[in-house]
Amino acid sequence: MPFGPARRSALLSPLLSRYQGQPGVADELLDAHGNIRPVWRGFIDYLATIPQSRLPHMLARGDQYLHNAGVYFRQYDGQGSAERDWPLSHMPILIDDHEWQTISAGLIQRADLLEAVVSDIYGKNRLAASGHLPASLIAASKEWLRPMVGVQPRGGHFLHFVAFEIGRGPDGSWWVLGDRTQAPSGAGFALENRVATAKVFADFYTGTSIHRLAGFFRRFRDTLNGMRRNDTHRASILTPGPMNESYFEHAYIARYLGFGLLEGEDLAVEEGQLKVRTVSGLVPVEVLWRRLDSNFADPLELDETSQLGTAGMVHAARQGNVTLVNALGSGILESRAFLAFMPRLSEHLLGQKLALPNIATWWCGHPAEAEHVRRHAAHMMIGEALSTRLPFEIDEHGAPGNLLQQPHDGLLERMIDEDGARFVGQEVVTLSTTPALVDGVLVPRPMSLRVFLARTSEGWQVMPGGYARVGKSEDPTAIAMRRGGSVADVWVVSDRPVSTETMMAPPPGPFTRALPGTLPSRAADNLFWLGRYIERVEGDIRLLRAYHLRLAEGTAETNPLLELLHDALEARDLDVTSPVPAGLLQTLRHALNSASKIRERFSVDGWMALQDVEKTALRFQQSVMAGDDAAAAMRVLLRKISGFSGLVHENMYRFVGWRFLSIGRALERATFIAAGLTAFVEGAGLDGALELAIEIGDSAMTHRRQYSVAMTRNTVVDLIALDPLNPRSILFSVKEMHEHISYLPGADVYGHMSPLARAVLRAQSEIAILTPETFDGAALDLLSQRLGEMSDILTLAYFQ
Amino acid sequence: MLYDISLRISYSFGEFTASGSQILRVLPRELPGIQRVIASHLDFQPRATARVDGIDFFGNATVNASYRYVQHELCFTVHARVRRSDAGAQPDMPTRLGALADEIASYRGLDAYSPHHFIGQSQRIRRDNAIAAYAHAISRRDLPVLENVIAISNALHRDIAFDPEATDVKTPAGVAFAHRKGVCQDFTHIMITALRAMGIPAGYVSGFLRTIPPEGQPRLEGADAMHAWVMAWCGTEAGWIEIDPTNGITVGSDHIVVAIGRDYNDVAPVSGILKTAGSQKTEQAVDVIAVTERT
Repeated sequence: MPFGPARRSALLSPLLSRYQGQPGVADELLDAHGNIRPVWRGFIDYLATIPQSRLPHMLARGDQYLHNAGVYFRQYDGQGSAERDWPLSHMPILIDDHEWQTISAGLIQRADLLEAVVSDIYGKNRLAASGHLPASLIAASKEWLRPMVGVQPRGGHFLHFVAFEIGRGPDGSWWVLGDRTQAPSGAGFALENRVATAKVFADFYTGTSIHRLAGFFRRFRDTLNGMRRNDTHRASILTPGPMNESYFEHAYIARYLGFGLLEGEDLAVEEGQLKVRTVSGLVPVEVLWRRLDSNFADPLELDETSQLGTAGMVHAARQGNVTLVNALGSGILESRAFLAFMPRLSEHLLGQKLALPNIATWWCGHPAEAEHVRRHAAHMMIGEALSTRLPFEIDEHGAPGNLLQQPHDGLLERMIDEDGARFVGQEVVTLSTTPALVDGVLVPRPMSLRVFLARTSEGWQVMPGGYARVGKSEDPTAIAMRRGGSVADVWVVSDRPVSTETMMAPPPGPFTRALPGTLPSRAADNLFWLGRYIERVEGDIRLLRAYHLRLAEGTAETNPLLELLHDALEARDLDVTSPVPAGLLQTLRHALNSASKIRERFSVDGWMALQDVEKTALRFQQSVMAGDDAAAAMRVLLRKISGFSGLVHENMYRFVGWRFLSIGRALERATFIAAGLTAFVEGAGLDGALELAIEIGDSAMTHRRQYSVAMTRNTVVDLIALDPLNPRSILFSVKEMHEHISYLPGADVYGHMSPLARAVLRAQSEIAILTPETFDGAALDLLSQRLGEMSDILTLAYFQ
Repeated sequence: MLYDISLRISYSFGEFTASGSQILRVLPRELPGIQRVIASHLDFQPRATARVDGIDFFGNATVNASYRYVQHELCFTVHARVRRSDAGAQPDMPTRLGALADEIASYRGLDAYSPHHFIGQSQRIRRDNAIAAYAHAISRRDLPVLENVIAISNALHRDIAFDPEATDVKTPAGVAFAHRKGVCQDFTHIMITALRAMGIPAGYVSGFLRTIPPEGQPRLEGADAMHAWVMAWCGTEAGWIEIDPTNGITVGSDHIVVAIGRDYNDVAPVSGILKTAGSQKTEQAVDVIAVTERT
């Protein structure tokens, strides 16, 4: 360590001036004698060298990263939900590699035990028959999915990715607090925590022997990909969708691992095979990392009220045509009461004692245990036997997960007497404390650790690090984020050099180009509409700018164009009495909504640029005055929209999704210009109307350069309708659509055009042969009709 | 008794087409010693795009069928010949209600007929204080379980009016009980709720009733569509008995079992939805004819 000489001053560092362990509680930083543990010394010495004035800048670097990366979590309250900043506790938790090996070995043993238990529960039920697990407990669990009983998972394993919540007890040893087998979250967040924390302490982190995380993910990715029988069937993540609190993580992990991100409605079951609805038709999916709770996965055979699932998924699993990570029904292992049976199950099934104990648990369905809980209730947490929450977790309704923390009035006795099988007693958890930065100094806060295990071809791999949760106060129930807790990175520190491998696999053979995956129909639909909404917003803004520019110069009496503009705006649901009309914000929100459903296909910059447009528009709505002020505001909004368009145009990979987005824009643009021509050129013949048409067509400069003669109806029509070189013209937009459509799946099958390809070719030909003289009202009407038809054909062919 | 059974369920969706997947539980099941299926088959008009026959957790016959763009009408027909006999005598030393909990606890299996599936709550059976109080008032812990079951069935038959207009397929048991009105599904759900409140394992049975009763007996309610009744576990020795609260009788040889489960959701004749642009109309017709056997 480079900062050896500073060690003497470490405890004198102002950061640690108030740090003190608490009696009866283990501390990560200090041992029982109040000395800094060896694993922390280097880091603490390093911290001591940081001038106090510099620390805030370092912390800000991590926060800035999280902000730029778009990391958020969704918080629910009584009214609804909102995206919140990611609550990183900047202090990592350091764990010695030797200690980590012990934890890992214990957790691998536990993962094997869980696999053995779940395969019995869905298999021969020998554990129930022999009394090692009460039959009534299994039967009462809503996570025991009867349609999955007797179904052997493809590949033979139920569990592929599990997590364990662990904590350190007062005597310094680790305890398992809960098993996470349903759809454990946090691994992606752990990665983000690592990147952010490594940025904060960049000069320390680089070159240290802290285990890196990428190797774990790479092996898991390769394992999932290896479970496919056909390489073109992309491994995918099944998410409940953007309203789920962990959606960011689902999208992030999908992007990080190169997996597809699917929702239930993206999938269909055909002939017993799970398939993705894509723009190229139904494409099989063989490996699905399920982040959706089992019960919601299939409305046909599981919870029939589920809106998130896919009818027939259970059938597909039963046919053995898909590997689900983890198998449907694995969630039953999370039941609290199971902890009561794990020690004996381990001896029975593995012939070994649990290497890492879980917190002592008594199921009150047995008379002796019920009696024990009754007698010691004052020192226990008592809660629902089948709950899957951790002992200290608060459920989403805000009520304590622990039904009765303090027994009173004999109520507890009565409940245990009447229906003991519903309850468990658990010893009260004492968590160790770890340093957290509060008001510029380090203070001890309770923490628990989530550790992730992935099954690979070489057996279970433990992620060397984890997802730590740190309490807001000394109260261990305040660990949950929704209760104000924060999260922290976990550094497993080795005394030897560590591998710094990345996600890049060593090349196994000659270079092969990865082909872009097929695009799910729902994503294509959202991209198309994102394109349309963005262009519609742009049109709205141009019209509003034109209106306010003229409003600044006069009234409807002096300038009849205002009347014309007013009508055009009204036809687009824009109420000009407000300088930033509600209709504009509405369309903008539609654009954001479409974008939010395909966030993993977007750069974070693109998403932030869009959000910025909305934020700015909302701010303008509060402050902007009609007239020049509003016109200036619209100019700002136009520039911001162009920023987004620029990102799309310059940075977005030309995959088929980009085509849909571009078709949406071109279609909307052609429609907008056609409407402008109808309103301002074909109709009134008012003074300044031609200039107005050119202005909303954003072609004033070009017109001045192209036509030295005065502006006439024909020069305007020529420029903004028929000019093949003007990117704002109708012909240009239709030609663009033609090109994009020719790249869509099925556009051309052995020279036979698809209905859509025919429709766009016809529209293009109809316009291309017109001259300004023949481009009349009837031609405009026909064009509008053609554009509408194309949208319908596209929808039918690709989005359904 | 030997029966010829026919069932016809039709959906019409007017000018629109319909697509989707469904699971059907409409074929009579085998019950060793009690019910034998001699022949049965299920036809679709028009034919299903895909059809997979199977057996569910509770041993019921299922048919998983998918359709794409069915026009105007979809129709299932079942034809079956089934022999059904009486369950036979009850044990000499029946289990008293007060001793039932221990017998349940000593049962270690999770097979389809394990009593553990049928206590506590299930999707359609929730705790209901009014029904529990009603059951408590009728029950006696010192009497055999079967006597308690019959007493509750008789009480419900007496207190609840058969009324096809009062409820629909989604009505919760508590609501039907509060109105003291309903059809066989409501009688069955109410009685299951009552039995489970007393700690008696109870399940839902769907099936058919013979259309024309034996001479001199009244026609039973529920014979013109699929019927529902209750099964109750009366102890290790007595096992399961079937009872029909809608008609206030224990089940003999006039009931033909199609499916068993914890509540309606486990046995629904048709689950899953057909997506269509308009509304859909369903009709059901059942015919159960006793076949005279020459000796």
